[in-house]
Amino acid sequence: MSNEATLQKDSPLWGGGRQPLGVSYGKQMMWFFLLSDALSFSGFLTAMGLYRFKYEDTWPVAENVFTHFPFMHGDAPLLFVALMTFILILSSVTMVLAVNAGHHMNRKGVILWLGLTIIGGFFFLGSQAWEWYHFINGDKGAVQVEDNTIYYLSDMEGNIVTLHELVDGTPGEHGEHYHFTTEQVRAAFERNEGVTLRNPGKTATTFSRKEAEAMMTNAEVVQGANLTENEYGHVLFADFFFFVTGFHGTHVFSGVVLNIIIFINVIMGTYDKRGHYEMIEKVGLYWHFVDLVWVFVFTFFYLV
Amino acid sequence: MSDHPKLPSEHHESPEGTWWIWKVFIILLVVTTVEVVLGIIKPEILMVQLLGTSILNIIFIVLTLLKAFYIVAEFMHLKYERSNFIWTITLPMLVLIPYLTFIVLTEGGYMNVFE
Repeated sequence: MSNEATLQKDSPLWGGGRQPLGVSYGKQMMWFFLLSDALSFSGFLTAMGLYRFKYEDTWPVAENVFTHFPFMHGDAPLLFVALMTFILILSSVTMVLAVNAGHHMNRKGVILWLGLTIIGGFFFLGSQAWEWYHFINGDKGAVQVEDNTIYYLSDMEGNIVTLHELVDGTPGEHGEHYHFTTEQVRAAFERNEGVTLRNPGKTATTFSRKEAEAMMTNAEVVQGANLTENEYGHVLFADFFFFVTGFHGTHVFSGVVLNIIIFINVIMGTYDKRGHYEMIEKVGLYWHFVDLVWVFVFTFFYLV
Repeated sequence: MSDHPKLPSEHHESPEGTWWIWKVFIILLVVTTVEVVLGIIKPEILMVQLLGTSILNIIFIVLTLLKAFYIVAEFMHLKYERSNFIWTITLPMLVLIPYLTFIVLTEGGYMNVFE
């Protein structure tokens, strides 16, 4: 400590001590980092908006994509992602409570609330893994024609018919994943006169049986989604989904790691020795930012 | 040691106790619930087109910005910082993000023209 002080006295550089903006160096830099991160995320979301605008006909509608809820049969659009939002908001609240306890130098309080925040973080990561699993495995199945356009099978009114309903005539058990060959689907399509094709997008244009028959002659089956194929619609939707929620999930993961590091420090009494709990505040800023980004991802991926 | 560089930040008081935290939590919860309910039922009356999108989407975006305000102002405590710091953080975002959105929305209109 005395060394540090001597160094500063002899150094021509500004030694700190006064805070022009009323925040410490560390907190200020955390804010600047978050500012740049916010600009990155806004870039991703704006880019997604652009392509969504361009490919409106084949851009998936979220309620046809995210329909599952654990231990529940049937369609439950939005519910699971609402639960994820709730978990993240709750873990943000416990983080503020931890910061608050830190202001009062209440070590036990910080341990309790920070511990709950970490648990919330793990719940969120688990939920995201579950959602990715279902997104990757696919749900209804679709066909892809030569120019890589995706079409859902549907009845004449445009209600989606899943591949399972088409080939086996039954809705299929929840949670089971079947794989159908192109031949199976084409044969079943020939048999079922009442089935046609429709656009996956908002416009949901339904084609006549005659048009659909012509399109089916060179159609391939697509089940599930990855970076090059996407049964729900335009492949860029899948790319943006993996990239943006993946980038956000990486942030959540690093947030959990940071939380665990400061949690260990709190238990060891590091911040009591230091005389203040500002580190909780800095990591807390990062954690709230992760929640903030999710609020926007929630809106632009699932609601709008 | 008055010029020690590792001082904690000046303490700008947020309200005493924890009631304000729960207040913000309730606000975020209610707003999210409204969004989810609107997202599930999608009332026909809100599907009217306005500013190139539906009224419903505009409601979603306004509610999102409201939630963002509460998270940044209260949870991230920005409201209680010095005003020069508040502007240091918010001004770049308030300028750059609408600017980016504006550029992409206007220039994006040409994407389908040259196909």
